[in-house]
Amino acid sequence: MTDLTRRKFTGLASASLAAAATPLFAPAVLGQAKAKPKLVVLGGGPGGATVARYVNREAAGAIEVTMIEPIRQFTTCFFSNIYVGGYRSLQSITHSYDKVRKEGVRIVAERASAIDRDKKQVMVGKQVIPYDRLVIAPGIDLKWDSVPGYSEAASQTMPHAWKPGAQTQLLVKRLNALNDGALIVMIAPPNPYRCPPGPYERVSMFAHVLKAKGHRKSKIVVLDPKPNFSKQALFVEGWQKHYPGMVEWQDPKVHGGIKGVNPKTNEVMTDLANYKAQLVNVIPAQTAGQIALKADLADKSGFCPIDPANMRSKMDANIYVVGDACIPGEMPKSAFSANSQAKVAAMMIRGELAGAKTFPARYSNTCWSLIETDDNVKIGGAYEAQDGIIKASSTFVSKPGEPADIRKQNYRESIDWYNGIVADMFG
Amino acid sequence: MTTQPRIRIPKFAKKGEVIQIRTLMSHVMESGQRKDASGKVIPRNIINRFSCSFNGRPVLACQIEPAIAANPYFEFSARVEESGTFQFTWAADDGSVISASEKIVVR
Repeated sequence: MTDLTRRKFTGLASASLAAAATPLFAPAVLGQAKAKPKLVVLGGGPGGATVARYVNREAAGAIEVTMIEPIRQFTTCFFSNIYVGGYRSLQSITHSYDKVRKEGVRIVAERASAIDRDKKQVMVGKQVIPYDRLVIAPGIDLKWDSVPGYSEAASQTMPHAWKPGAQTQLLVKRLNALNDGALIVMIAPPNPYRCPPGPYERVSMFAHVLKAKGHRKSKIVVLDPKPNFSKQALFVEGWQKHYPGMVEWQDPKVHGGIKGVNPKTNEVMTDLANYKAQLVNVIPAQTAGQIALKADLADKSGFCPIDPANMRSKMDANIYVVGDACIPGEMPKSAFSANSQAKVAAMMIRGELAGAKTFPARYSNTCWSLIETDDNVKIGGAYEAQDGIIKASSTFVSKPGEPADIRKQNYRESIDWYNGIVADMFG
Repeated sequence: MTTQPRIRIPKFAKKGEVIQIRTLMSHVMESGQRKDASGKVIPRNIINRFSCSFNGRPVLACQIEPAIAANPYFEFSARVEESGTFQFTWAADDGSVISASEKIVVR
């Protein structure tokens, strides 16, 4: 991948424009009468693919939609824990963009290298893709150095599996190879991060696999930089109920600070103790995808501020940011949230580019987590723009000690949701 | 289901210094209140007593009740006037006693 800063890229692009390409670009510059407005979507996850499909379908040809996504077979991060637990195959959470392409979305299956905000164009290798409106949905990138000793190379022995695909497969392979008495150590991420209950659902799935194999001597130690976490009471109750004595969650007061990891020896060091583990799962701190940072769309937090009324970037009126890369106020970073934000952005973009009627933004989210077979808990809410952020107007969360049939119903609901969102994304 | 306790104390201290002691014991802490899938009460099995002594003299002892969560963690301080050994014990309902010790040098 070419590593250009925006400034350098602008220089390069103008040079080549001046040298050779003037005639090629002339029609766009002059504003051809029949030229359709162009929407470019960067990223084909739950945010990006939803925007691309909704705008393409509902604008009925009035807007030209291009989606840039290097991955051809997209494995969803949501439900990847269900794969870790052995309930689903990797294939069942992997999808192609064939239908999206057939519907008329132009798909550029390469990685975008830079965004030139002044010229309103995206650079994909040597290709220049102009836009009238750009949607950024690059998801997250990992801050490798947030855990001392960790690195991209280390993720081959200590998988993060916080981006779907090969990493998740590696984690599952390592998990399934463990013997009874094995120690698993998870380093949980600091806020804000993708999928707040995700690490704890993953711990539950680890425990489920160990229990199913009869590994009574195995242990899972969770080292958390946070003093508390999403649906904590529900997870702690579930761990005690289904996996007594197996899960040991340590808050920062207990472990006293995560000093680092040694990927060569599979050791994890904290102020309280050192652990020699058979499987270490490091989930580092996170930022918006690098491309958003390079285009100066993020603030100091590493994520992209947006206008809560429409998902438009606060840094650039021609750009929308949806999904994990944005600062979603009180919404969590989840696929459900991204999909919900994408529908708002799609509506606003059609309003801007095709004169479609728009309505006040309404958002919603639900995060389901599986603790053990048929024991699924959920949390969620409805949201709207208020006080300059996306704010919850109502929320709900599962209760401790609920009857089993409610939990089972939650699980069925989560499967229905999965089928619905992948239909929204991939057709 | 227990494993070795994890204890953190400084290796060295000055005479009369107040040091921090942190201990974490992995234990299921089954409260005796929960029922299994068939509706039978799961028998209570908790660590019911934790104690710490220094050179044979008591530093801290406490009785633990079923409301304490799994993997009990204790953090406390002690003043050390001499070199010696901290002795820790955790006694569980099932009669098992887990002991550990840590040395400290006063200089």
